Amino acid sequence: MTIAQSAPSRRLQATRKMRSAIAMGLCFFSAALGLFALALILGALLWNGFSGLSIDVFTKMTPPPGSSGGLLNAIVGSLIMTFFGVLIGAPLGMLAGTYMAEYGKFSKLSTVVRFINDVLLSAPSIVIGLFVYEITVVQMGHFSAIAGSIALALLVIPVVVRTTEDMLNLVSGPLREAASALGLPRSLVIKHVAYRAAKAGLITGLLLAVARVSGETAPLLFTALNNQFWAKTLNEPMASLPVVIFQFAMSPYKEWQQLAWVGALIITLAVLALSITARILGAQRTSK
Amino acid sequence: MTLTSSAASTLPAAEAGRPEKISVRNLDFYYGDSKALKSVSVPLYANQATAFIGPSGCGKSTLLRVLNRMYSLYPRQRAEGEVLLDGENILDPGQDLNALRARVGMVFQKPTPFPMSIYENIAFGVRLYEKLGKADMDERVEKALRGAAIWDEVKDKLQASGLSLSGGQQQRLCIARTVAIQPEVILFDEPCSALDPISTAKVEELIDELRHDYTIAIVTHNMQQAVRVSQFTAFMYLGELVEYGVTDQVFTAPVEKRTQDYITGRFG
Repeated sequence: MTIAQSAPSRRLQATRKMRSAIAMGLCFFSAALGLFALALILGALLWNGFSGLSIDVFTKMTPPPGSSGGLLNAIVGSLIMTFFGVLIGAPLGMLAGTYMAEYGKFSKLSTVVRFINDVLLSAPSIVIGLFVYEITVVQMGHFSAIAGSIALALLVIPVVVRTTEDMLNLVSGPLREAASALGLPRSLVIKHVAYRAAKAGLITGLLLAVARVSGETAPLLFTALNNQFWAKTLNEPMASLPVVIFQFAMSPYKEWQQLAWVGALIITLAVLALSITARILGAQRTSK
Repeated sequence: MTLTSSAASTLPAAEAGRPEKISVRNLDFYYGDSKALKSVSVPLYANQATAFIGPSGCGKSTLLRVLNRMYSLYPRQRAEGEVLLDGENILDPGQDLNALRARVGMVFQKPTPFPMSIYENIAFGVRLYEKLGKADMDERVEKALRGAAIWDEVKDKLQASGLSLSGGQQQRLCIARTVAIQPEVILFDEPCSALDPISTAKVEELIDELRHDYTIAIVTHNMQQAVRVSQFTAFMYLGELVEYGVTDQVFTAPVEKRTQDYITGRFG
């Protein structure tokens, strides 16, 4: 083969180089634009959020318009409803995902469940909120933290189903066979070997589910509504960060707007912490 | 567990009047619609190692996976015929598969340590069948690890993860795990194909020793290995059992032309 190039081929090379440069430029520009928007949002959030951050935020209740206060009841409300949402949703999701990856790997039911789960996964959360409103709030006659938890659980389930199935599918077939070869019944193979091998992934899925629901507003707006004070039981309306942010940010009051920024900052930092933890766990899994 | 005396196993392998631990009779096997085994009949003599050789896809691993019903984990795989373990047909529908697999252990091609400590890798299986105190369990774990010739290498790090061992060590750990639950038969599915020569030598030596207490079946692509570890050899080709006999004879004076072609490297 000769190295000397004819004129047309040199021209061809030049055009290719130019095209490549243009394509790369466009990619770079898009990436920069995305990052820029993100930086602006985060910047505004950090700036406005930190400037309003004080100990009061964590010790005082949401104030009436025009006076100062904190977000204590909203923070606690969010924690409570997220906790119960995950408590209800995670076991159901884990069991369903386990069925699909282990027992029902070859069954028709799994295909159907997987499809429906995907639909649920991408369903707008406001639809979930309306659904739970219909089946709980309307029946009970009032808004409540119970309804809020159920709505969040419905959002948790598809995420956990999906990650559980995916993570269990990553467990190698030979490992399962090896456990079966010792005479372990299916249930023990799953419990002692498959779950253990997929542990990091399963926890990651759970954290991502928590992260997913902790910013949800629409489903809580229809179910738990809001409460300016402590909810004494789960059977009454309960404040939550996203709903409080929604209400306060739309208000004309300076103090409320300020608190909305702080609330947004708190949620963002919490989700960030969860995501980083999930990432670290995920990295541990792949490095093994 | 059969207690045929270990003295008997020192007899020359050619003494074929010994009891058949497993008798495969007219076994057909199907993956869906495709037939992978065609009327295979072969004995596995007690306390002997039987090697299965043949080119890839000839059905030797499939046969092995019938002997502990491993195939039953998957749909659309089925076996017809008879496989007698101590005279009892393991293909019977009512067969308790977990009890069967406790009697017929298996070691796989790739080492498959469980994601737990070295100690737990062994103790875990034992706990399924026996309630042992701490001291007894320690003893059992040590015995199993010694039996698999890996005790000296791991005795100081029993709490380390089984995954932290080298490939050869992992494979011996898997053998220890299998031995620990005291099966009667051990199936080896190309146990050395992922190992380096030194580890291979250790595992082969081990298999030769295990024969005194267990009945062994080993699938291998390595013909020297078959010669080294087995007393009987079965040559399979395209789902059929072509030739079966005493290992020395199969390799030095095969009856079938296809066997001769294979062992002289003309195909496969």
